[in-house]
Amino acid sequence: MQSPAEIVPHSGGVIGVSWLMIALPLLGAAILLLGGRRTNKWGHFLGVAMSLGAFVVAVLSFMELLGLDPDQRRRGFELFEFIPGMVNLGMLIDPLSISFALLITGVGSLIHIYSVGYMSHDRDRRRFFAYLNLFVAAMLLLVLSDNYVGLFIGWEGVGLASYLLIGFWQHKPSAATAAQKAFIVNRVGDFGLLIGIFTIWTTFGSLAFGDLTHEVTGQASQGTLTAIGLLLLLGACGKSAQLPLQSWLLDAMEGPTPVSALIHAATMVTAGVYLVVRSGAFFEAAPTAQLVVTIVGVATLLAGAIIGCAKDDIKKGLAGSTMSQIGYMMLGAGLGPAGYAFAIGHLITHGFFKANMFLGAGSVMHAMNDEVDMRRYGALFPVMKITAVTFIVGYLAIIGFPLLSGYYTKEGIIETAMHHNAILGWLAVLGAGLTGFYMSRMVFMTFFGKKRWADDAHPHESPAVMTWPLIILAIGSIGLGAFLVLGNRFMTFLSPAVGLPADVPEPHVFGVGPAALATLALVAAGAAFAWFRYGAAQVPALAPRGSFLTTFARRDLYGDALNEALLMRPGQWLTRIAVFFDNRGVDGLVNGLAAGIGGTSGRLRRVQTGYVRSYALSILFGAAAVVGALLYVGNI
Amino acid sequence: MPWLSILMAVPVLGAVGVALLPKGSDKLAKQLALAVSLVVLALTVAMAVQFSPNGNRFQFEEKYAWIPSFGVHYGVAVDGIALVLIALSAILVPIVVLASWHDAEGATRLDLKSEAVPPKRSAKTYFALLLVLEAMMIGVFAATDIFLFYVFFEAMLIPMYFMIGSYGGVQRSYAAVKFLLYSLFGGLLMLVAVIALYVVAEKNTFMFPELVGAIQDPTTQKWLFAGFFIAFAIKAPLWPFHTWLPDAAAQAPAGAAVLLVGVLDKVGTYGMLRFCLELFPDASKFFTPLVIVLSVVGIIYGAIVAIGQTDMKRLIAYTSISHFGFIAMGVFAMTQNAQSGATLYMVNHGFSTGALFLVAGFLIYRRGSAQIADYGGVQSVAPLLAGAFLIAGLSGLSLPGLAPFVSEFMVLIGTYERYAVPAIIGATGVILAAIYILWMYKRTMNGPTAEPVKGFTDLNGREKWVVAPLIAMIVALGFFPKPLLDVINPAVDQTLTNAQVTDKQPVSTVAEKKGAGQ
Amino acid sequence: MTTHYLVLSALLFAIGGAGVLIRRNAIVVFMCVELMLNACNLAFVTFARQHGNLDGQLIAFFVMVVAAAEVVIGLAIIVMIFRTRRSASVDNANLLKY
Repeated sequence: MQSPAEIVPHSGGVIGVSWLMIALPLLGAAILLLGGRRTNKWGHFLGVAMSLGAFVVAVLSFMELLGLDPDQRRRGFELFEFIPGMVNLGMLIDPLSISFALLITGVGSLIHIYSVGYMSHDRDRRRFFAYLNLFVAAMLLLVLSDNYVGLFIGWEGVGLASYLLIGFWQHKPSAATAAQKAFIVNRVGDFGLLIGIFTIWTTFGSLAFGDLTHEVTGQASQGTLTAIGLLLLLGACGKSAQLPLQSWLLDAMEGPTPVSALIHAATMVTAGVYLVVRSGAFFEAAPTAQLVVTIVGVATLLAGAIIGCAKDDIKKGLAGSTMSQIGYMMLGAGLGPAGYAFAIGHLITHGFFKANMFLGAGSVMHAMNDEVDMRRYGALFPVMKITAVTFIVGYLAIIGFPLLSGYYTKEGIIETAMHHNAILGWLAVLGAGLTGFYMSRMVFMTFFGKKRWADDAHPHESPAVMTWPLIILAIGSIGLGAFLVLGNRFMTFLSPAVGLPADVPEPHVFGVGPAALATLALVAAGAAFAWFRYGAAQVPALAPRGSFLTTFARRDLYGDALNEALLMRPGQWLTRIAVFFDNRGVDGLVNGLAAGIGGTSGRLRRVQTGYVRSYALSILFGAAAVVGALLYVGNI
Repeated sequence: MPWLSILMAVPVLGAVGVALLPKGSDKLAKQLALAVSLVVLALTVAMAVQFSPNGNRFQFEEKYAWIPSFGVHYGVAVDGIALVLIALSAILVPIVVLASWHDAEGATRLDLKSEAVPPKRSAKTYFALLLVLEAMMIGVFAATDIFLFYVFFEAMLIPMYFMIGSYGGVQRSYAAVKFLLYSLFGGLLMLVAVIALYVVAEKNTFMFPELVGAIQDPTTQKWLFAGFFIAFAIKAPLWPFHTWLPDAAAQAPAGAAVLLVGVLDKVGTYGMLRFCLELFPDASKFFTPLVIVLSVVGIIYGAIVAIGQTDMKRLIAYTSISHFGFIAMGVFAMTQNAQSGATLYMVNHGFSTGALFLVAGFLIYRRGSAQIADYGGVQSVAPLLAGAFLIAGLSGLSLPGLAPFVSEFMVLIGTYERYAVPAIIGATGVILAAIYILWMYKRTMNGPTAEPVKGFTDLNGREKWVVAPLIAMIVALGFFPKPLLDVINPAVDQTLTNAQVTDKQPVSTVAEKKGAGQ
Repeated sequence: MTTHYLVLSALLFAIGGAGVLIRRNAIVVFMCVELMLNACNLAFVTFARQHGNLDGQLIAFFVMVVAAAEVVIGLAIIVMIFRTRRSASVDNANLLKY
C-alpha cells in the first residue's frame, strides 16, 4: 500500500502556464459569443484552433511532467485568491489530472473538427462552437483545479454547457425540455456535492486536495467520513447518470450528435468517476461508502445494459451503453487503489471508442436525413465503408474483443471486482454478456441485413473532415488499452496521484482466469443471439410490442414514470397548494385585516350624522366625563 | 471633504433641477437625471478608493448637532458593509435611469392596447423622484445616528410610493398603498423601539456607536429587538411578512422594481446586521432559532411559490423572497463566513435581480404583457435579449462563476458550521432555483416562436448599455469577489465582536498544520 | 359671599346648554351660546373678585371680544343659510356628514 505523493509547489515551465488550457477555449467562447454575426465566417476555425491550442499545452505539460521523478509529479500552484480565508483558485497538474486533460483536449479537438462538417448546414454553427469551447474550458477547470470549489465551478460549468448544447435546437420543445431536465437532475446531485463540500470544510478546515491527505482524513470519525463519501457519491451520480439520477442522460440525446459524443459519452459524464477517484482519501477511509459506490456502479451497469437492449433509436442505445460503461468505471473506482487505474483507464479507452461510435452514428444519421431509428437502417456497410469499419472497431472494443482497448480495461475492472467480492464480479460479467448482445444488435441492424431505408434516403459516405476523426479514434480504440494496461504502465503512472494497492496485480496479456473466460463466453453468446434475432432474421420496420421485459427496458426501467409519480406530481401539487396558501392564506390574512379595519371604520363613521345638536350632546357628555374623571382622581 | 453629505446633496439638487425644467422638456430631464446619477457614481468611486479597509471602522465621519435637547445628530459615516451597499445604489441608479427611458411614456408608442403598460405620465417627475430616492438610499446606509436612520427609513417610502402609485401597472394604487401601509406599520414599531432605546439607555444620544452595549437587561433587549426586527423583517421581507413585495414589484415599473428589491429591501437585512445584532446581542442569540426557521421557511416557500407563478415579475419577486431568506440566515448564523457572505449577497442580489427585472421589463415593453404564457420562442427572434435573460436567470440560480454563487456558498457554508440542518434544508433551494428559473426560461424563450413574439426586435443600443454593466459586474464578481470581501470582512469582524460571538473551529488538524507551515 | 354669583352663573350656563341642545332655530341656538359665554364671564368676574386680582376680569374682556367676533361671523353664516335654504333650522343643515 502506497499513499499518493505530496503536492510540490511549482513555478515556471509549460506547467506554469498550464492555465492557458482553460483560458484559450474560454477566450474562444467569449469571442464567438460577444462577436456575434461578424464571426460567423471564421468562428468554427477559431473554435477548433482554441481547442487544439489547449491540446498542445496539455501535451507539452504532459511531457514536462514525464521528465520529472515520479514522486515529484504532483505539481500545484496558486492562481489567485478566491474567497479570502477559505479557498484560493489554483492548478493541480498531476498524472490523474493530465490524463483527463489529454483526453478532453484530444478527443475534444477531434470532435471539434468533426463538427465543422457535421454542423456545416446549421445557421447557428458559430454559437455551437462557442458552447463547445465553453464546455472544454469548464471541463478542464473541473479536472485541473486543486480544490473542491474550483472543481465545483467547473462541475456546474460543464452542466451549463451541457444544458446549452442539449437545448441547442431550442425551437424543438423536446430539446428544450431535455436540456432543462438534465440541468435540474444534475442539480440534485450538485446539492449532495455541496453538502459534502460543507462537511469537508467544517470537519477539516480546508478544501484544497493537497491538505486532505489520507493521514488527515484518518482523524475524522467513521460516520463523518461515510457521510462525506455518500454525499460526494450523490454528486457523482448526478453528473455521471448513475442510478438513481440516471434519467436525464437518455433524453440528453436530443442534442446534436457531436455533443452526445463529447459531453454525454467521452468526458462530462465521467466527471463523477474523477470525483470519486480524486476523493480517494475519503472513500478509502470509509468502507461503507466504498461499498455503496460499487453497488451503484453494478446496478447502473446492468440497468444501462438492459435499456440498451431494447432501444431502436441508435443514439439512445449508445446512451444506455454509456450509462452501463460508466457503471463499470464507478465499480472500479469503488474498489480503491487497485481499481483506480482500471477505472480511469477504461474511462480513457471508453472516451475513444464511444466517441468513435457516437460520431459514427452521427455520420450515419447525416447520411440518412437525420433518421435515428435503426429499424429504418440496414445494409449500410457497402455505402459507407469508413464509417462502418470504424464503428465496428469501436464495437469490438466495447464488447471486449481480445487485445482491443476495451478488453484490457474492462477485464481489469471485472477481475479486480472478482477479487474484492465475487457477487459484484459475476454481476459485472453478466453485464459484459448483455453488452455483447445489445452492441451486436446495433451493428447488425445498422450495417447488415436488408435495406429498410425511407424512400427518399440516399446514403453516402461523409466528407473527409468527418471521417478522419473517426479513423484516428478507431486507432485509439484498437491500441490504447494494451498500451495502458500491459506492464501496469498506467497504474504506475497514476500512482503518485492516487496511490498503489498493497498487492499490485500481475499484468496479463490474454487474461486466462475463469472470469475472463466466462466473460468471453457470455459475450460470444450474446453476439450470437443478436445475430439470430437481428442479423440472420428479418427485422420488422415497426417495433413489435414485445414482452413485459422489452417494454420495461424500452421505458427506461420506468425511471421517468417513477420520477413523475414520486417527485413531479407531488411537486406540482405542492406548488399549487403553496400558491393558493400564499394568495388566500398569508395574503388573505393581511387583506382580511385590512378589510376588517375598513369595515369597522365604515360603521364607525355613521356616528357623524351631520346634526349639530347631536354633536353638541356628545360634547356635553364628553365634558361631563372629563369633569367626573377629574373629580374622581382629585378625590383619591 | 464631507463626502457623504455631498453624495446626498448632488442627487437632491439634481432632482430639484429636473423638477424645475419647463414643461415638455422630457428628453432634457432624462439626460440631466442620467448625468446627475453618473456624477454620483463617480463621486462614490472617488470615495470608495479612499476607504481603507483596515483603518477605523467608521470613516468619512460627519457629526453635527441637530436637535440638541434630545441628543439627535446629523451623523453620517460608513464602514465596509455600508460602503458596498452605497456603491450598489450608486451603480444601479444610472442603469435604472437608462432602462426607464420610456417607462413614463405609457403604451403610446406601441400598437398594443394592454393593461400591463401604464398610461402616459410626466417623465420629469419620475426622474426627479428617482434622484430623491437615490439620496435617501445613500442616507439610510450612511446614517450613524439611529434617529436619522429612522427618518431616512421612513422618508424613503415616499418617492417609492409615488413611483409605484403613479407609474405602475393596472393595480398600481392597491400595490402602492399596501407597500406603504406595511412599511409604515413596521416603521412605527421601530419608532417606538428607537424612543425606548433612547430612554432606557439614558445616554442622551441617538448615536449608534455610543449606544452599542448600552442595554444590558435581557428582557429590555428582547422587547427592543422585537421592535427593530419586525420593521426590518417587513422591509426585507422575511416570511411571513412578504406578501406586499410581489404586488409592489409586479405593479412597479421595472426600474422602480429594481431599486425596490435591489436596494430598498436591503435596508431590512442591513438593519438586522447593523442594529439588531450589535445593539441587542443577547436578544439576537435568544431569537436566532426563530429567525433561522423563518429564513429557511422563506427560502423553500419563496422558491416553491415562485415555481407556481404565471406572471414574470411576480415570479422574480418570489425568487427574491427566497434569496432574502438566505441573507437573513447568513446574518443570524453569526459566523464570519455566513455574515460576509450575507453582505456580499446583498450586493450580488442587487445586480442579479436587477438584471432579471430589467430584461423582463424589456420583454414586457415589447409584448405588453407580463404573463409567461404570452411568450414563447423569443430566442429565435431576439437571441441577445434571450441571452441576457439567461445569464441574469443563471445568476439568479447561483451558477458558479457568477457572483451570487460566491455569496450563497459562503452563507451556506458559514451556516453549516453552526447550524447544519437549516443549511442542508436551505441548500435544497439550489434545486428549486434551477426549476423556477429554467422553467420560466423555457416557457418564454424556447420552443416554436409565438405569433405576437415574431415582431420582436433584439436589444437596441440603449438596452445593451443597460445590460452590459450588470452582466460585467456579475461575471467579474463571480470570479474575483476579493476586492469586496476585503472591504466587508473587517466590518463583519467588528460586528461579530460587538455581538460577542466567535467562530467554531474545525475538528481536524489541517488548520493547525497550515498555521505551523506559515 | 360670592357663592350666589357662582350659582347664578351655573344656572345661566345650564339654561344656555339646554337651549343649544333642544332648540332648532339657529338664532335661538346662537343666543344660547351667547348666554353660556356670558355665564362664563360672570364666573370669571366672580373669581376675580374672590381672589382679589384682575386675571378673571382680563379674561372676561377676551371672551367678550371673541364673542363679538363670533357674532359677526356666525350671524353672517346664519343669514346666508337662511337665504339659500329658506330655513333657519339647524337640523336642516346636515349636509356635512359621513
